[in-house]
Amino acid sequence: MSIKVILDKCTGCTLCVKACPFAAITMVDRVAVIDLDACTLCNACIESCKFDAIEIELEKESSTDISHFKGVWVFAEQREEKVQNVAYELLGEGRKLAADLKTELAAVLCGSDKIEEEAGHLFAYGADKVYLVTHPELKHYKTLPYSRALTELIRTHKPEIFLLGATTTGRDLAARLAIRVGTGLTADCTGLSIDPEKKILQQTRPAFGGNIMATIISPNNRPQMATVRPKVFSKSPKKEGAQGQLIKYKPVISEEDLTVKLLEIVKDESVKINLAEAEIIVSGGRGLGEAKNFKLIEELAGVIGGAVGASRATVDAGWISPHHQVGQTGKTVAPKLYIACGISGKIQHLVGMQNSDTIVAINKDPDAPIFKVATYGIVGDLFEYVPLLTKKLKELRG
Amino acid sequence: MMDLIVCIKQVPDTTEVKINPETNTLVREGVPSIINPFDENAIETALQLKEQHGGKVTVITMGPPQASEALRTAIAMGVDEVVLVSDRAFAGSDTWATSYTLAQTIKKLGNFDLILCGKQAIDGDTAQVGPGIAEWLGIPQVTFAVKIDVDVDRRRSKIERLLEEVNEIVETPLPAVVSVVKQINEPRMPSLKGLMKAKKTEIKTLNAEAIAADIKNLGLKGSPTQVVRIFTPPPKGGGEILQGETAAIADSLISKLRERKIV
Repeated sequence: MSIKVILDKCTGCTLCVKACPFAAITMVDRVAVIDLDACTLCNACIESCKFDAIEIELEKESSTDISHFKGVWVFAEQREEKVQNVAYELLGEGRKLAADLKTELAAVLCGSDKIEEEAGHLFAYGADKVYLVTHPELKHYKTLPYSRALTELIRTHKPEIFLLGATTTGRDLAARLAIRVGTGLTADCTGLSIDPEKKILQQTRPAFGGNIMATIISPNNRPQMATVRPKVFSKSPKKEGAQGQLIKYKPVISEEDLTVKLLEIVKDESVKINLAEAEIIVSGGRGLGEAKNFKLIEELAGVIGGAVGASRATVDAGWISPHHQVGQTGKTVAPKLYIACGISGKIQHLVGMQNSDTIVAINKDPDAPIFKVATYGIVGDLFEYVPLLTKKLKELRG
Repeated sequence: MMDLIVCIKQVPDTTEVKINPETNTLVREGVPSIINPFDENAIETALQLKEQHGGKVTVITMGPPQASEALRTAIAMGVDEVVLVSDRAFAGSDTWATSYTLAQTIKKLGNFDLILCGKQAIDGDTAQVGPGIAEWLGIPQVTFAVKIDVDVDRRRSKIERLLEEVNEIVETPLPAVVSVVKQINEPRMPSLKGLMKAKKTEIKTLNAEAIAADIKNLGLKGSPTQVVRIFTPPPKGGGEILQGETAAIADSLISKLRERKIV
């Protein structure tokens, strides 16, 4: 396969030069020339060209028969035997995809025998079917036993779409599973839709640190797998008592899947409220100046029952533990209220919090990008405003 | 003694990328190519393990010829050997084809105890290649590592993983693939002596044939996923900037938040 410019059609308009995210196109004698070493065949130039002057030649593979694959599956991630919210969010979005495909929506729940108690919640949030996969070794997530169990399940029941949360667990598992079942995987999606004609999953995700968005398909392989960023999609309203089909499955897990041992889980005492679940988050950035000033953030968070968040810069500087980091390489959050104190708002931070309902930004620099996403902006000194807000809110609460 | 392999990627420094607000396209001028920052942590991890246990550190990268610059930086940091895996046939690789290509390269190199990667690359942000390599090689993976201790005699490694709210300590047999987070260490700067060495080193390059790759698994053709569209997210409109005296602003904010029934 290769990419080429059709010289007769190229008008030298330079649109493709601007469109190329990888600086792989230059103009030579007023026609576009593609540097094949820099080109990643991303398609951006082809989209930009108004004259159909760029072509990718793809040798189409006659792939395996994919018409037998039916249904949308959602991985019901559980921690400490509680299904995580991201699974319910995926059921909400999965319901729309299943409707567009006129197919069924299933949840896959793995755990020890006790996990069956959670199946009811999955029906209540919209699953038509729950595959209940139980084995003592599935109580806590471990890569190899989970990969074994799910590979068998996928091979037997052949879903056309399989969605997992883009959590540490979802990303660890999906990456291994996709290779084993021989299919494509798109990471950390923020948009999903069905191509109305081809009936395939269109997966949109941020790339380049959130600077651009890419839409990705996996046309010839099944299931179409994606990890999906938490807090991007909404749950469907819960229907208590909803029923569905429960399919019990007991996987065979061999000794070789048990070579990695889980020794210990270490809790972080500085995490008082879980960021991902918090309704209010107060976050501190470089503007705090030094580690001890996080106390101001903690005090404000304490008064309004919020969790403490942090920008990457403060985590990198060692002012606060990484469990508090919000952003592209940290957590994605979408609380009712996000208060950003002394955070400039680089794109990598914004992608982690811009879906919050209400955003308050306090920053000295009126040009800070954080103000572009803020519902309410305060151009000023956080050392004045944060203690003042703490004091006033404390008075208010008596 | 340990045979350590580090997989790295040369990436554009995405923190330096900006959007031209008029054309809504990426501004690339002056955006440097760097070693993916998490991969520098992986190199540092390998160098420290070698200092503790002895052995050899080999760094590999898949990419175009100019990716050899990233390998020179790795040499300057003190690694023993570098390998560039480069072939036109690799263009358009997604994480499936990339992990296959790197796994084939590692098989070709022979012995290894530990394969280290950064947790994800800052341009693609997938975190999929490390686990992919592990699956192709049929060995365990441990992702998001923040601390690694190796017991060379028992051929086992105790690893602390940084998860959302907690850390997890696991023990894996070797060989294994381990991806590391930034908090694991502070990567060293290239030394002057290292820079001299890097300048003189001829970069060993392997193509598709040299790694005995099955051509149907490579590049765009070997990639199950295809990018069909790339676009710039629409710029967000800013909200309201509160004006006035400090106390008035604070009061105004609180009353707005109360109206919204948030506080």
